Amino acid sequence: MSDAVSSSTISVDVAVVGAGPAGLAAAVAAAEAGARVAVVDAGAQPGGQFWRHARETVQPEAADDQPDGHGHHGWSTYLDLRARFDAAQRAGRITYLPGLQVWMAEPGFTLHTTPAVASSGTVPATVTASRLVLCPGGYDRQLPVPGWELPGVMAAGGIQAFIKANGVLPGKRFVIAGTGPFLLPVAAGIAEAGGKVLAVLESSAPSAWLPHLAAASGVPGKALEGAEYAALFARHRIPYRTRSIVTEVLGSGRAEGVRTAKVDAEGRVRPGTGRAYTDVDVVGFGWGFTPQMELPVSLGVDTRIDADGSLVGVVDERQQSSVPGLFLAGEVTGVGGATLAVLEGLAAGAAAARPDSTTPVKQPAAITRHRRFAQAMHQAHPVPAAWPDWLTPDTTVCRCEEVTAGEITEARDNLGARDARSLKSFTRAGMGWCQGRVCGFAAACLGAGPGEAPDAGSLAGSAKRPLAAPVAIGELAALD
Amino acid sequence: MNFGNGPRGSDVLVMGAGVIGAATAYFAAQQGLSVTVLDKGLPAGGTSSACEGNILVSDKELGPELELTRYSLGVWHNDLAEHKKLWEFESKGGIIVASRESSLASLNRVMAVQQGFGVDVEELDQAALREAEPHISREALGGASYREDCQVQPMLVAAHLVRLATEAGARFIADTPVTAFLRSGPGRSVSGRDGGRVTGVRTPRGDFPAGAVVNCTGTWAGELAALAGVEVPVLPRRGFVMVTEPLPPMVHHKVYAAEYIDNVGSSDAGLQASPVVEGTPSGTILIGSTRERVGFDRTVSTAALGLLARNATALFPFLERVKAIRHYHGFRPYCPDHLPVIGHDDRAPGLWHAAGHEGAGIGLSAGTGKLLAQALAGLTPDMDLTPFAPARFGESGAHTSAHREEATA
Ligand SMILES: Cc1cc2nc3c(=O)[nH]c(=O)nc-3n(C[C@H](O)[C@H](O)[C@H](O)COP(=O)(O)OP(=O)(O)OC[C@H]3O[C@@H](n4cnc5c(N)ncnc54)[C@H](O)[C@@H]3O)c2cc1C
Ligand SMILES: Cc1cc2nc3c(=O)[nH]c(=O)nc-3n(C[C@H](O)[C@H](O)[C@H](O)COP(=O)(O)OP(=O)(O)OC[C@H]3O[C@@H](n4cnc5c(N)ncnc54)[C@H](O)[C@@H]3O)c2cc1C
Repeated sequence: MSDAVSSSTISVDVAVVGAGPAGLAAAVAAAEAGARVAVVDAGAQPGGQFWRHARETVQPEAADDQPDGHGHHGWSTYLDLRARFDAAQRAGRITYLPGLQVWMAEPGFTLHTTPAVASSGTVPATVTASRLVLCPGGYDRQLPVPGWELPGVMAAGGIQAFIKANGVLPGKRFVIAGTGPFLLPVAAGIAEAGGKVLAVLESSAPSAWLPHLAAASGVPGKALEGAEYAALFARHRIPYRTRSIVTEVLGSGRAEGVRTAKVDAEGRVRPGTGRAYTDVDVVGFGWGFTPQMELPVSLGVDTRIDADGSLVGVVDERQQSSVPGLFLAGEVTGVGGATLAVLEGLAAGAAAARPDSTTPVKQPAAITRHRRFAQAMHQAHPVPAAWPDWLTPDTTVCRCEEVTAGEITEARDNLGARDARSLKSFTRAGMGWCQGRVCGFAAACLGAGPGEAPDAGSLAGSAKRPLAAPVAIGELAALD
Repeated sequence: MNFGNGPRGSDVLVMGAGVIGAATAYFAAQQGLSVTVLDKGLPAGGTSSACEGNILVSDKELGPELELTRYSLGVWHNDLAEHKKLWEFESKGGIIVASRESSLASLNRVMAVQQGFGVDVEELDQAALREAEPHISREALGGASYREDCQVQPMLVAAHLVRLATEAGARFIADTPVTAFLRSGPGRSVSGRDGGRVTGVRTPRGDFPAGAVVNCTGTWAGELAALAGVEVPVLPRRGFVMVTEPLPPMVHHKVYAAEYIDNVGSSDAGLQASPVVEGTPSGTILIGSTRERVGFDRTVSTAALGLLARNATALFPFLERVKAIRHYHGFRPYCPDHLPVIGHDDRAPGLWHAAGHEGAGIGLSAGTGKLLAQALAGLTPDMDLTPFAPARFGESGAHTSAHREEATA
């Protein structure tokens, strides 16, 4: 028999999963509206991806004194939310459960948790609540390229998280590649921490109109951010090359260099534009974000494909999903950044606290503006349609199970596989440790065939992970 | 692969591209028959993609199912030998472990019966058991080793058999659900008991006339039979399977608890589980499986997960600290008498069935397909199919409420 630690059950009005920008805001709004709230978060301290910071050694109120707060955009928003979060905790309105991962959400709602990988000391708790706000955020979207399985290749966000959490760099000389505005803060963070960024390769050609667009769509803060990065890039002499990609990561045993090329608007390599960077320690890739959809999908929410090709949950003006009592906020409703995540969290938390309220809700204008801006961003930074052309038949697509592009196209062409699910069945792509979190999008694209984008069904199939997090069998043995 | 559409007649029309339909199509094509396979989705979209790929002798008691299992094993090893690699065929052997005196006694009883029937089974004392499976629980009293037990990757079996069938001239059409049967005879068009001979099927892509229509739709077989006005009582029996993180090899055989045997044949509706623990080539460990009759309920059952976990850790205590990364569930197609339905349905001439293989359809597919193909080709099957005859469900079948669809062909 198992000697698993016995878990406690906590019953509240509103349960919130995630303590990033969206989850913190949702918890605060729900608590301030009078609800009893529980917040489950895998992190050891609040902040999520965006406000990830070094381990707090002092009282949170003094967090602004820490060097770590410096350089975080919206840090004052964090401090404000954090102060309100802590006050609600002290008042007994918020039960905060850090270091726990929800591995299963049952309808109605019951959350089953397990200690997060880095927090093996925590004791799992079961949370029941009549309303649930899911704010699980997202992670870097990856596309395979020859050599990307070599050590030294990281997700761009992984590099940033590494720096934010540890205060040191994972290497000295970096190449950052992919698409989207997020490549900028990653490169900036590396430079600020003393690393050398040899190049930032952006596959699109977002022209000078982007800052104007930011202003025009009513999000002037974004224009300011852009200008700051431009100055920082100039100061650190970081080359920013548009319409450029990494075509191959070079190295034996680990990443040592990259081959790059210019591409056309579709992402097709332009002959004769190849060049190489040698003496590289770390290659960071980021192709936008993949919202973490396993919990919403497992509870059966309606989904759609967003402008960036990601599967996201459909919500109404209260942030309520198609499942009554289930609210979504942050990246799972569409990748849109931290400011939008906070706005959505506030709306979701308030609505979840008063589910029976019949007063018609008008979506805050700021949410509309930020969504519009996010859509424009996605359109300016598409995943290049021709990316599968960069692969050779022996390029690894699923790193966990070592499945190659050739095996995938063969399953598609000869066995009739055409979506993430059938590819998984026939090739094992997505069956390994990460359960398709890394290769799911790429496999879905390859399954759809040349020039085709994966549909919602295929992406939902790849987001279907009945265990939202790994959980020890000894813990499962305690279930009845 | 041929995904073209448009109606065309054939000798045999196979409904369903799970392992059973795929094997039937493959062997029918080998018999020189012209074959069309239709599925409402892709190959292996049903139970065949939500199971384990065990080909077991060890869990069968004396009777027609054991006979079919052994026949099928021969087909896997001989007729399909050249394709073994395609579906990751592995002869790893099974071990049944008894942890209680009472289960050791029933294990010995079963072993004796099986030995009498020629099954390759060897008794393992505690020391031999520990040598075969060093991480087995200290509580284990003894066991039995079944060298004939083997495994395949079921999704690859279905997909490749369909592909091989098409290479032998068969045609496969995906996304084509059968909605009604074409009938000859009185009225020529009525779908139902008195509709005369089954002469083909109707689908949203048009009609497909055929000399013989084979119902290989697994848990849907009862529904399809009802469209022809006959009863084939195939019901779903849900099963959960759990998958661990990848590990270095710790479990070397398929390892079952002796209680497995008692469970398999039981009709009890309640939740049951006996551990079937096995390592896979990729390092993950599969922990199967529960059995319960809850219709087609897809809600995740924490009770089922708990039971699987407790049983698995009782067999292999090291699993307690190992992480599960996934679980899945499927619905075994079973008949009340726990025997599959294989053969011509005299109640609806022209209609054949191969369904209801419950928890053994993967293993039994090769034999089922070959025998049925022989019968379809007008030959005498290598093995008597009478015990599996659809007619055993009697005339009462006439009273099922069938959808009455008009077909004009
Ligand atoms: C690595 C990374 C770096 C980023 N850096 C920047 C940047 O520099 N600039 C920028 O503008 N945007 C950045 N972004 C995007 C930005 O973080 C998001 O827009 C914003 O954080 C979204 O907020 P959120 O609350 O939806 O999600 P998150 O901030 O991701 O918060 C989600 C929280 O939920 C927790 N969680 C998820 N699943 C579970 C579960 N099953 N159980 C328990 N807890 C769970 C996570 O641990 C996390 O704490 C980054 C994103 C990532 C992934
Ligand atoms: C948890 C679990 C573990 C198992 N483990 C094992 C094991 O280890 N070894 C073993 O031998 N067996 C095992 N089984 C049993 C085995 O999976 C089944 O017996 C077998 O898959 C049945 O195959 P099938 O082809 O009859 O059905 P299915 O695979 O379900 O195929 C039926 C097909 O019919 C199609 N269909 C349905 N309706 C229509 C229509 N109207 N028109 C056209 N097509 C239609 C479906 O789309 C489907 O593809 C297990 C089962 C479960 C649930």
